Amino acid sequence: MPKPLLALLAAIIVAFGVSHYSDSIDPYYLDVITGIGINIILAVSLNLVNGYTGQFSLGHAGFMSVGAYLSAAVTMLLGPRLLGEDGGTAVQQGLLFFGALLVGGIAAAIAGLAVGIPSLRLKGDYLALVTLGFGEIIRVVFQNIDALGGALGLNGIPNYTTVFWVYGFAALTVFTVVCLVRSTYGRGFLATHDDEIASEAVGLNTTRYKIVAFVVGAFFAGVAGGLYGHFKLTITPSGFDFTKSIEIVVMVILGGMGNTPGVILAAILLTVLPELLRAVDEYRMILYAVLLIVLMLVRPKGLFNFDWARIGARLRRKFRPARP
Amino acid sequence: MTEFTQQLLNGLSLGAIYALIALGYTMVYGVLRFINFAHSDVFMVGAFIGYYVGRHLPLGTVGGGLLTLAAAMAGCAVLGMAIERLVYRPLRGGPTLNVLITAIGMSLFLEYTGQLLFGATPRPFPPIFPNRVFALHGVIISMNQVTVIVVATVLMIALQFAVFGTKIGTAMRAVALNPKAAQLVGINIDVVISFTFGLGSALAAAGGVLYALNYPSIDPLMGVVPGLKAFVAAVLGGIGNIPGAALGALILGMVETFVDGSRWSTYKDAIAFAILIAILLFRPAGLLGRFTAEKV
Repeated sequence: MPKPLLALLAAIIVAFGVSHYSDSIDPYYLDVITGIGINIILAVSLNLVNGYTGQFSLGHAGFMSVGAYLSAAVTMLLGPRLLGEDGGTAVQQGLLFFGALLVGGIAAAIAGLAVGIPSLRLKGDYLALVTLGFGEIIRVVFQNIDALGGALGLNGIPNYTTVFWVYGFAALTVFTVVCLVRSTYGRGFLATHDDEIASEAVGLNTTRYKIVAFVVGAFFAGVAGGLYGHFKLTITPSGFDFTKSIEIVVMVILGGMGNTPGVILAAILLTVLPELLRAVDEYRMILYAVLLIVLMLVRPKGLFNFDWARIGARLRRKFRPARP
Repeated sequence: MTEFTQQLLNGLSLGAIYALIALGYTMVYGVLRFINFAHSDVFMVGAFIGYYVGRHLPLGTVGGGLLTLAAAMAGCAVLGMAIERLVYRPLRGGPTLNVLITAIGMSLFLEYTGQLLFGATPRPFPPIFPNRVFALHGVIISMNQVTVIVVATVLMIALQFAVFGTKIGTAMRAVALNPKAAQLVGINIDVVISFTFGLGSALAAAGGVLYALNYPSIDPLMGVVPGLKAFVAAVLGGIGNIPGAALGALILGMVETFVDGSRWSTYKDAIAFAILIAILLFRPAGLLGRFTAEKV
């Protein structure tokens, strides 16, 4: 079996194991851990679009909301019919939840396709704005669908999200993105990022690469949205506004664009940081903002974007045996 | 017909406020090619300066109102220049994304500092200008609306003079056209950019005070939505184009007011973005912008 696949399986098994003992973990820590996992899915999937392919999207929260709403609709509307009054067995619930997450992901991917095809003709700031605009439109549309709670949002979503689901999907996201980018086909994402005109000149269909990145990113954002909904148990359209998108973008930028391990670290850091700053609650967001500015000034390539070759050379110099 | 005129008037005064904000976005984009996300929060700070100064001046008088307006504009001009000097200048020439993120960071900083200093609860804005409501052929006109339109028009004419009639304005246009060439002919870019930020922020402050006057409650997050919409207006008119920003803002203000008065009023907030997407897809340079081909 190829190595990445083994790693994926191992991660899923570990997630299942940890999930089994989740009752003995303090609920507060469990909350933080779940939040970290969801943010990893969001950040890594956005990294495929923003980092590897170089298309600045500010609409990730919009795709997340599509996934959150549709998967919640599946478990809330279809769930009682399929599982009966007693709620079904754990396996049945798990299958239903898996199906709901897939529906959410696919719906978000379709939304991604619908947004991507027209808007990916644009570049840079303009693309950022159009995706932001689409994200806001998705939000306003959800605000106006009364069947999904309107502006008040959807309440009473069943509590299905466990550590297993979150980290299983996080592992799947990392696996998909890493394998996609490292494959022969996936070199095209990097080429599109590096120089669009040159890639087109050698015969790559850059538009297609952008759309594939967008759709895959949106799919995982939708799954993350589903997990988020079944974790928070209540979702409102205003919870998925563009501040949420910016939060995800910040993780990608802080981790270093197109650097998956860095982005994972940034997702962990940015989920834990607000919790640590809870002691100074009033100043929390101010500190967050200041940190953001200072980091951009001091480490413009991302906090965790290390130049391994240079670090290695420095270490070798340091530990070189002293000459007599 | 009366209703149409009424909506036209409401749209005009909303559009005038959007125009004041949009001008700052468009000028900064013209010289630096980046979206100053913090601009909408400078607008908020302007309203708050107006709130604190306005209370200590005689309320409901033209003199007091104008003095409040001037104080807010001066305060925000200083704030805008300080932000540029401390935060944006060290990053100048850096990757677009980093500058964008820094701008977002600055915006969050202003919002949350505002929440800490002023509190998050909305507070009523004092009536600093004389306000009377009268009816003309069935159209209800409030003095505040008239004030907004008059002040905005005067400021836009002043801006037109500053940009096209003064030396620094000429320098600003030169920098917008080609920063390197401008530097070569002896223009001090730093001064010009600083001036641009000051000018844009002062206009945003005026917009903030006028907005607060018409929608009489202010809070630290009040800038977010008008700011985004004003940006859409700037893109609609052709970003970097000063008359374009004013035109785009007027169109947006009108459209929004008419949608608000129709059956689809709950979609009011989406309409600005729908316009944005349509304009970017069909005419990315905006209504008055000039299309430029990308060179290899």
